[in-house]
Amino acid sequence: MTQHLPVLVIVVPLLTALIVPLVERVRRGSAWYLVTGALLFSTYAAIQMLVQVSSGPIEGSIRYALGAWSAPMGIEYVVDRVNGIVLTMVAVVGLISAVWMRPSLKMEIREQARGSYYTVFLLCCVGFMGMTITGDIFNLYVFLEIASITSYVLIAMGKRRQALYAGYSYLIVGSIGATFILLGIGHLYMRTGVLSMADIVALFEANPELFEKSDVRVAFAFFTVGLAMKMALFPLHGWQPSAYTQAPSAASLFIAATSTKVSAYVFYRISFSVFGIQFLESALPVIRDGLLVMAAAAIVLGPLLAIRQNNLKRLLAYSSVGQIGYIMLGVVLLNMDGVTGGLIHFWNHAAAKGALFCVAGALVYRTGSARIADLAGMGRTAPWTATVLTISGCSMIGVPLTAGFLSKWYLGAGALAADRWMIVPVLLASSIFTAIYVWRLLSLVWFAPKEAVPAVTKEVPWAMRGPALVLAAGCLVFGLSSISVSIARDAARALGLGS
Amino acid sequence: MRDLLQHLWTHYHYVIYIALMLIGLYAVLAKGNLVKKVIGLNLLQTAVFLFYLSIGHKTGGTVPVLWEGKPDAIPYENPLPHVLMLTAIVVGVSITAVALALIVRIKAAYGTVEEGEILALDEADGQGGS
Repeated sequence: MTQHLPVLVIVVPLLTALIVPLVERVRRGSAWYLVTGALLFSTYAAIQMLVQVSSGPIEGSIRYALGAWSAPMGIEYVVDRVNGIVLTMVAVVGLISAVWMRPSLKMEIREQARGSYYTVFLLCCVGFMGMTITGDIFNLYVFLEIASITSYVLIAMGKRRQALYAGYSYLIVGSIGATFILLGIGHLYMRTGVLSMADIVALFEANPELFEKSDVRVAFAFFTVGLAMKMALFPLHGWQPSAYTQAPSAASLFIAATSTKVSAYVFYRISFSVFGIQFLESALPVIRDGLLVMAAAAIVLGPLLAIRQNNLKRLLAYSSVGQIGYIMLGVVLLNMDGVTGGLIHFWNHAAAKGALFCVAGALVYRTGSARIADLAGMGRTAPWTATVLTISGCSMIGVPLTAGFLSKWYLGAGALAADRWMIVPVLLASSIFTAIYVWRLLSLVWFAPKEAVPAVTKEVPWAMRGPALVLAAGCLVFGLSSISVSIARDAARALGLGS
Repeated sequence: MRDLLQHLWTHYHYVIYIALMLIGLYAVLAKGNLVKKVIGLNLLQTAVFLFYLSIGHKTGGTVPVLWEGKPDAIPYENPLPHVLMLTAIVVGVSITAVALALIVRIKAAYGTVEEGEILALDEADGQGGS
């Protein structure tokens, strides 16, 4: 069975998603066990494969030919050190949000709709895991659309009518982005005649003169713009704040912690494993400089826009705009420290943003809305949730001993090594703005006047508290131990960056 | 100039695909009616389908079924772009279905499918809230 794990990690949740509505029809409430079981299996498989590639050679990977049709003819699934990190992130966040969402869905989704919610949620997990694991660029497009369509539906299932319009806007922007990616694939296929990522990069390495061809450059430009729309890179982030705000809390938790980052990972994969480092270094300085400016703008303006929000989910959405900037900064810097910083930020941001959306969901669970003013006095009535907010907020700022500090440290070091010292003040400014909005939340939570009656009357159930605490603990574990750094460092080495 | 015109003439399929794509993009961005936006999106996707099919075409190419006396690949159309577009068409249909379903729900909830009016109604509801 172990050799089939790369396909089972996808197939088990995919098939479970199909039987979930039937099971829910037979017995109300039993579908949740199936969903959690399927994601538990995927998490096990993802961690198992990450351990397996981590103990092998640096460049090693697990390759799985679907239906035993090997690469040029068939589709290949590949797990290596880089996507092992992302696959584990998606599976673990999926499992945690599955555990977390049961009480929350009872408040936010009608009983008849819950069966379909579980199906769409599982398919969404399948889409994101598939985007991560596939080694074929057209298969990547198919999984991207699975993940996108299910995300539109999840967002539109929010309680208020604004959710419908938020889902629709995301559908329009997301489909334009996906069509651009499809065009990028087409231009690449036109020049190379193959769809397997490994074959394309081998072709480019053997014939560097292809980089001068305009269709190859056009392909990269289409990929860049399309993925920038999907990952909500500033200034293409317009769809994101209302999507995260209006989605049901359970959906915003999963989508905020994974979706834009999986698109960012796809950009890493396309840049390093399809076009290759040579292309990035030599061919298009304009795109690299442009992306650097966009990433820097995102890093500063995301937190700055977050400061003036009154809705906790909207605030977190704007802060996500900034965090995607960090991940993109890693790929633009194109050196060991920068890429390491970008890669550890996948885990660090998933833990911190996941924990913060757990808090937002808890607020919605208790008060019915995510107004920041309702956080007042929560430290007395709901100390566990308030602690989660404190730890993950510190990680967002980048306080030493938390995970966020390591991301910023490595990105700063990478910026200096790449002679882009202007990035360091940008990172500092971003930390200051983040500190301002986190402090605004924390002062409400812990230092509200004694006589005010807190809107959050009591703690949320353990089913919601537990997952939030696990994510918050993740912020501390990744900050204190060097495990994530060493995994990310090896992954950066596997991408071909010298130490 | 002559060279450019000749180039465009011999590569007319690119001209068609780019024109269709721009018309689609224009409709998505400039139209206020949600249904018209979806039509624009469909045009955009159709342009990409045509692009793919045209890169698989050969002058005088025929159906990629093994004919007697034609054992090599030379006289056949490239079937792979066609297969890819079969998938992309299915994806396009699903997106259209989801979009139209959302529009039906939006019409029921807001009473209109005009973007401007929806935004005005949201403004009246007050921003923020969960």
